[in-house]
Amino acid sequence: MDVLWESRQMLLAAFGQTISLLIVAGLGALALGTLLGAFRVSAVPALRAVGTAYVTVFRNTPLLVVFLLIYFGLPELGIRPPQFWLASLALFLYTSAFVCEAVRSGVNAVDSGQAEAARSVGMGFGQSLRLIVLPQAFRAVIPPLASVFIALAKNTSLVAGFGIADATYRMRGLINNNPGDVYAIFVGVALGYVLIVAVISLAARGLERQLEVAR
Amino acid sequence: MSSVLFDVPGPEGLRRQRRASVITIVVLVLLAALTLYKLQTEGQLDGELWEPFVTPIYIQALLEAALTTLQVAVVAIALSVLFGALFASGRLSDHAWLRWPATVVVEFFRAVPVLMMILAISLIYSEVIGKFWSLVIGLTLYNGSVLAEVFRAGINAVPRGQLEASYALGLRKGQVMQLILLPQAVKIMLPAIISQSVVTLKDTSLGYVIPYEELTNVGRAISIEFTNILPVAIVLAAMFIAVNYSLSRFATWLEQRMGRATGSQAELNVGA
Repeated sequence: MDVLWESRQMLLAAFGQTISLLIVAGLGALALGTLLGAFRVSAVPALRAVGTAYVTVFRNTPLLVVFLLIYFGLPELGIRPPQFWLASLALFLYTSAFVCEAVRSGVNAVDSGQAEAARSVGMGFGQSLRLIVLPQAFRAVIPPLASVFIALAKNTSLVAGFGIADATYRMRGLINNNPGDVYAIFVGVALGYVLIVAVISLAARGLERQLEVAR
Repeated sequence: MSSVLFDVPGPEGLRRQRRASVITIVVLVLLAALTLYKLQTEGQLDGELWEPFVTPIYIQALLEAALTTLQVAVVAIALSVLFGALFASGRLSDHAWLRWPATVVVEFFRAVPVLMMILAISLIYSEVIGKFWSLVIGLTLYNGSVLAEVFRAGINAVPRGQLEASYALGLRKGQVMQLILLPQAVKIMLPAIISQSVVTLKDTSLGYVIPYEELTNVGRAISIEFTNILPVAIVLAAMFIAVNYSLSRFATWLEQRMGRATGSQAELNVGA
C-alpha cells in the first residue's frame, strides 16, 4: 500500500495524462462523429458512402493498428507533431466512427412523425435535422454515447505501449520496481479507471434525467 | 432512397443531389491525390518498401502470425462465452450471495482497460503461464464480462409473460430457464455475440504490448527490418478489415434471418 502513497504525485500526473487524452480525443470525436452521422443519413448518395466507408474502415481495424499507422506512419511522411497529439489523433479518428454510429442510431430513434411534420411545414433536410431531429436525437444518443466515451477512457491506455506516461504506463513501471506489492498497485490503478468510468456514467445519467420530457 | 428526413426528390432535387455528389467525389479525389502525392514524394511507394508482401518467407510469416492471432481469438471467445454464461446466471440468481459477487466482478472487469489487465497478468504471471495464456486470460476477463451483460440483457428481453406463463404451468426454475427463456434469448443474443467476437479479434492485437508474437507484433518486426511501417500498417489494417467485415456481415445476415432486429442489441455493442 505504501508504494501507492509514495508515488501518489506521479500517479496523479499519469491520470491527468489519461484524462487529457480522453478530453481532447473525445471532443474531437464528438464533432467529427456528428458530422459523419449527418453524412450517413443524408440524401446525397456520395456523402452516405463516405460515412459508411469511414465507419467500416475504423470499426474493423484494431486501435493498435491505427496507432501504428498514425504514431509511426505520419512521422515517416514528415508530419511530426508532439507524441501527445499523435496519440490523440489516433484515438480521435478511431472514436469518431463509434460516435457516428451512436448518432445514427439516435436519429433513427426519433419518431418519424416528427420529421414528417417538420417537412410538412416546409423545412428542408438541414433545417429538420438541425432544429427538430438532432435535439431529440441528442437525448436518445446519451446512453450509447456514454458507452463510447467509457470505451475511449479505457482505450487511452494504449498509449502506454507507445511511450506516453499515462496511468497504465506507470502501473507497469511500479509493478516492475516493486515485485512485492503487485496486487496493491494493480487494484489501486484499476480503481482510478473505475472512478473515471463511474463519473462518465453518472454524468450521462444526470444529463439524461435533465433532458427528460413527457412525450 | 427515401427516409423520414427527406422526400423522394423531384427533378430539381435530383439535380441538386447530383451536384452535391459530384462535389463530394471531386473533394475525395483531391484528397486521394494529395495523399498519393505525399506518399510518393516521401518515397513510401518505392518498390522495396512493399517487397516483403510479395516475398514468400514474409508472406508465410504474416500468415502464421495471422493463424496465431486467430488461435488467441478463438480460445478467448470460447472461454468468454463460458465466463459470460457463468456470471450472467450469477447476476440473475435469486440468491443475493451469488448475485452480489457476480455483479462486482462483472462491473470491475468492464471498467478496467483490457490492455491494463493483459499487462498486469503478463507482468505478474507470464513466467508461470506464458504469454499466450496471459493474453487469452486478459481478453477473457474483459470480453466474458461484456458477454455476461449481453446474456443477462438477452434473458431479460424475453417478454415477462413467458416467464409467468411457465411458472403458472408448474415448471421449475431450471426448467423455465432451459425450456422457455434460453431458446428465445439465444435468438436475440446471437448477433451481439458475433459482434463481441469482432471486438475480441481486434483486441488480440494488444498482444503487441506484452509482447506476444501475434499479427501486429510480427508486422512491427518486419517494419523494423525494412523501415516500412506505413506499408505494413496498411496491410495489417486490410487483413483485419477483411476478416472483421465478413464477420459483421454474417452477424447482420443472421439478425435479419432470425427476423428480430432489436435496437437494444445494437446499442449493447456500440461502445466497443
